[in-house]
Amino acid sequence: MPEWMSIRDTKHKIDNLSAEEVTSSYLDTIEKSSINAFTNINKKAIEDAKYYDKNQSDLPLAGVPISIKDNISTKGIPTTCSSRMLENYIPPFNAHVIEKLYEAGAIIIGKTNMDEFAMGGSTETCCGGTTFNPWDTSRVPGGSSGGSAAALAAGESPISLGSDTGGSVRSPASYCGVVAMKPTYGTISRYGLISYSNSLEQIGPMATCVEDIAHIMDVIAGYDNRDSTSIKRDINYSDAIINDSEGMKIGVPTELISDGINPKVEKIVWDAIHKMEDLGAIWKEVSLPTTKYALPAYYILAMSDASSNLARFDGTRYGLRVEGNNWHVMASKTRAQGFGDEVKRRILLGTYALSAGYHDKYYVKALKVRTLVKNDFDRAFNDVDVLMGPTMADIAFKVGEKIEDPLSIYMTDINNVPVNLAGVPSMSIPCGFADKMPVGLQIIGNTFDESSILRCAYTFEQNTNHHRKRPDGVN
Amino acid sequence: MSYSNTDGIMIGLEIHVQLNRLKTKMFCGCSTQYHSSPPNTHVCPVCLGLPGALPVINQKAVESAMKVGLALNCEIVEQTQFHRKNYYYPDLPKGYQVSQFDYPIVSNGKVAIEGEDGELVIRIRRAHMEEDPGKLIHMGSIDKSKGTLIDYNRSGMALLEIVTEPDIRSPKEARRFLDKLRNILEYLDVFDSDLEGAMRVDANISLQGGDRTEIKNISSHKGAERALLYEIMRQKNLLRRGEIVTMETRHFDEARGVTTSMRSKEEEHDYRYFPEPDLVPLRVKDRTEKLLQELPELPDAKKERLISQYSISDMHAKALVSNLKIANFYEEVASEVNPKVAATWIADVLKGELNYRDLTIDACKVEDIVQLVTMIMENKITDRSAVEVIRTLLDSGGNCMEIVEKKGLVKVEDNVVEQAVDDVLGENKNAINDYLNGKEQSLNFLVGQVMKKTRGRADPMIVRDIIANRIK
Ligand SMILES: [Zn+2]
Repeated sequence: MPEWMSIRDTKHKIDNLSAEEVTSSYLDTIEKSSINAFTNINKKAIEDAKYYDKNQSDLPLAGVPISIKDNISTKGIPTTCSSRMLENYIPPFNAHVIEKLYEAGAIIIGKTNMDEFAMGGSTETCCGGTTFNPWDTSRVPGGSSGGSAAALAAGESPISLGSDTGGSVRSPASYCGVVAMKPTYGTISRYGLISYSNSLEQIGPMATCVEDIAHIMDVIAGYDNRDSTSIKRDINYSDAIINDSEGMKIGVPTELISDGINPKVEKIVWDAIHKMEDLGAIWKEVSLPTTKYALPAYYILAMSDASSNLARFDGTRYGLRVEGNNWHVMASKTRAQGFGDEVKRRILLGTYALSAGYHDKYYVKALKVRTLVKNDFDRAFNDVDVLMGPTMADIAFKVGEKIEDPLSIYMTDINNVPVNLAGVPSMSIPCGFADKMPVGLQIIGNTFDESSILRCAYTFEQNTNHHRKRPDGVN
Repeated sequence: MSYSNTDGIMIGLEIHVQLNRLKTKMFCGCSTQYHSSPPNTHVCPVCLGLPGALPVINQKAVESAMKVGLALNCEIVEQTQFHRKNYYYPDLPKGYQVSQFDYPIVSNGKVAIEGEDGELVIRIRRAHMEEDPGKLIHMGSIDKSKGTLIDYNRSGMALLEIVTEPDIRSPKEARRFLDKLRNILEYLDVFDSDLEGAMRVDANISLQGGDRTEIKNISSHKGAERALLYEIMRQKNLLRRGEIVTMETRHFDEARGVTTSMRSKEEEHDYRYFPEPDLVPLRVKDRTEKLLQELPELPDAKKERLISQYSISDMHAKALVSNLKIANFYEEVASEVNPKVAATWIADVLKGELNYRDLTIDACKVEDIVQLVTMIMENKITDRSAVEVIRTLLDSGGNCMEIVEKKGLVKVEDNVVEQAVDDVLGENKNAINDYLNGKEQSLNFLVGQVMKKTRGRADPMIVRDIIANRIK
């Protein structure tokens, strides 16, 4: 039976069996699975695992399988962004994080499903079909890194990498009852991450426990001279794995517990905050007054970036090509057939927002909102160490429930996008269940203070049992 | 000399200069030395625009751009920023060009050129950095082509776009400005004008009473002059007939020497500029001092120095500095022989002979010209022979002394000339009579006969004087 395994468990199992057996058992699970978490399997995974069986190694992730969101470039393994446009695209180079994972001894088992080009919150807008939530397959896993979160929850992969532009690791972590972190902007090189919105997104580690998040961060974080937005900092994340939050100051932003919240989710989140209080932390209400403008500002900036980022997909050099009698016809047909509706919608809206006459009204205004949102967080962190609230205002919704109403899906990320606008780090950890579905607690830290988040999250996890529950059929 | 510019001509230029002396491209580590390589061999994920690849600013390119700015008397911006210029074209691998918008690296400069009526100052509005697109290669002619191939070797090369104010008043001034600019760029060692696509020019031009047109695709200085001459004539004719000159972009057809309409103002692109989110703003102004120190002597300063140091004429100094290699060559020669005579021979003769043969000064050795000037100074060879030595050096190589000896160019003694004149006068009574009867050409004939007898080693001017004195 598939099971949840931490990095520690996995290494232990490799010691007892072999990396090859561990890897092939994951591949078997994936093969038999019906949740559709993967787009492609790494055909060389077994070969890679055999290498670690032959060459004993004390590398931090030696022989440990990892799944990778399908917008992170993997040399020799298709990287499709779950789009028809890139169905046949095999990158000739590895993303920075992939290089780091290989250097640490990890085995890439496959690429996980996602909303097309990371545009969505439900992992339904994929060319290869929807990913289903392992807790209830009639529900979505969240998104856009839904494949990664579902793979973890279904025991198809012990750890995973996602990306978070506006909640894309936290939303699925919350819906699937796993852990994920969006680090401070600039912490992890974006080199090789296929851009959706460059100034908002970060690659984020996903796992079934807090400690693994710190271990993965220690492997993949750090300066990379190929990414000009990468920042030089030396942080040991594992050092922050401390089961003690005595005296930590928690702010609870009233705006994150909004009118639209599911009362059951609200209660679970308050219970979590009170649990932290029992464990020695102190909390108070704080205000992030500008966050109500964050959602529209976020979508304007993200779509503007996207309209430009996705211009390169024209059928000329790689990916899908639909022939036409001249270049413009070819490029138009390719884009018409290669992109799905949500991607087209965002390209159109982004193009509109950047056009002459609208640029100042939308794009420039959104940049101003962004500065104000950042100021809100700066002010809040003058008084507190971390902020806490619900990751999502509700539990996972039903497959197909919101797909015809894009705005309602955009709204689900209302608690996540302010974090990306401000560039601060944030994590989602399981904090309870409503109607048998997981609920995520969001812990937001100040810029470069992932350590406070990890410490709070680890303390909470070690003193509660929420992360020990599994979906049916998973050990 | 005054220039009235009765048509109210206003010309502004946009010059794309490829910073091809850099080792690597603008945003990646690919080599710039692609000019004789097969297509698509100097490329990487960044300059091919592969998904996930990110640009990194080439700091040397930034410094080259700043040096150009300083040489053009520009102000350096405090903090510069790159923007995306969005448009679709197959040679553009990302669907946008990384360029600059409201924070160009340098702005507000000026350059003095020799105008139609004395010195003319051309103001430089700005110069900004951007990346070059790839190159389209049509199989067959552009309209009948079966297909188009794309070579991305050029993609991502660092470009500097220099924009002037509309201070230029004639096609000739435009050409002089371009010559001067090229000269400065070569002095800065940021640019090799001999490489294909090194400099491309767009020109804006308007006449009094008409709108402005923009001419694209001019690839040479001569082409700029021709395109502008044509466009002035076209606009003048329209205005004379009472028609209007509309604002539009026109294409220069180099082969036919005409401009044709590409698109009207309404069809202009909306480039949707926005800050390049993959690059952070770059503080540059604090490098100004360091770069000023590194700035070489520029053409104008070198000209003034040559005039005062070697007492040569303004004209010679100008001719020498218009090519850095020739100026350096001259200074080497001038350190060993009479600088004035050296200037005459290098600026007036050698430069012309090189141009005629499409050769650079590399074809010539300093020691040969030193020897040649020495012999001229010592009256050992005639000017005519000296020219012949230069031509032989350039055409067949060898060294100066060898050529002089082999060709027997050492100047003959005066008494030998006297003897030859005597002989010729004795042999050509009819010609003497013709001359005395007013037939000037006869004198030329007699001089020619003497030159023949002395195998060209006599000085024809002297021979002429001797003959004229004898028979008057
Ligand atoms: Zn390159």
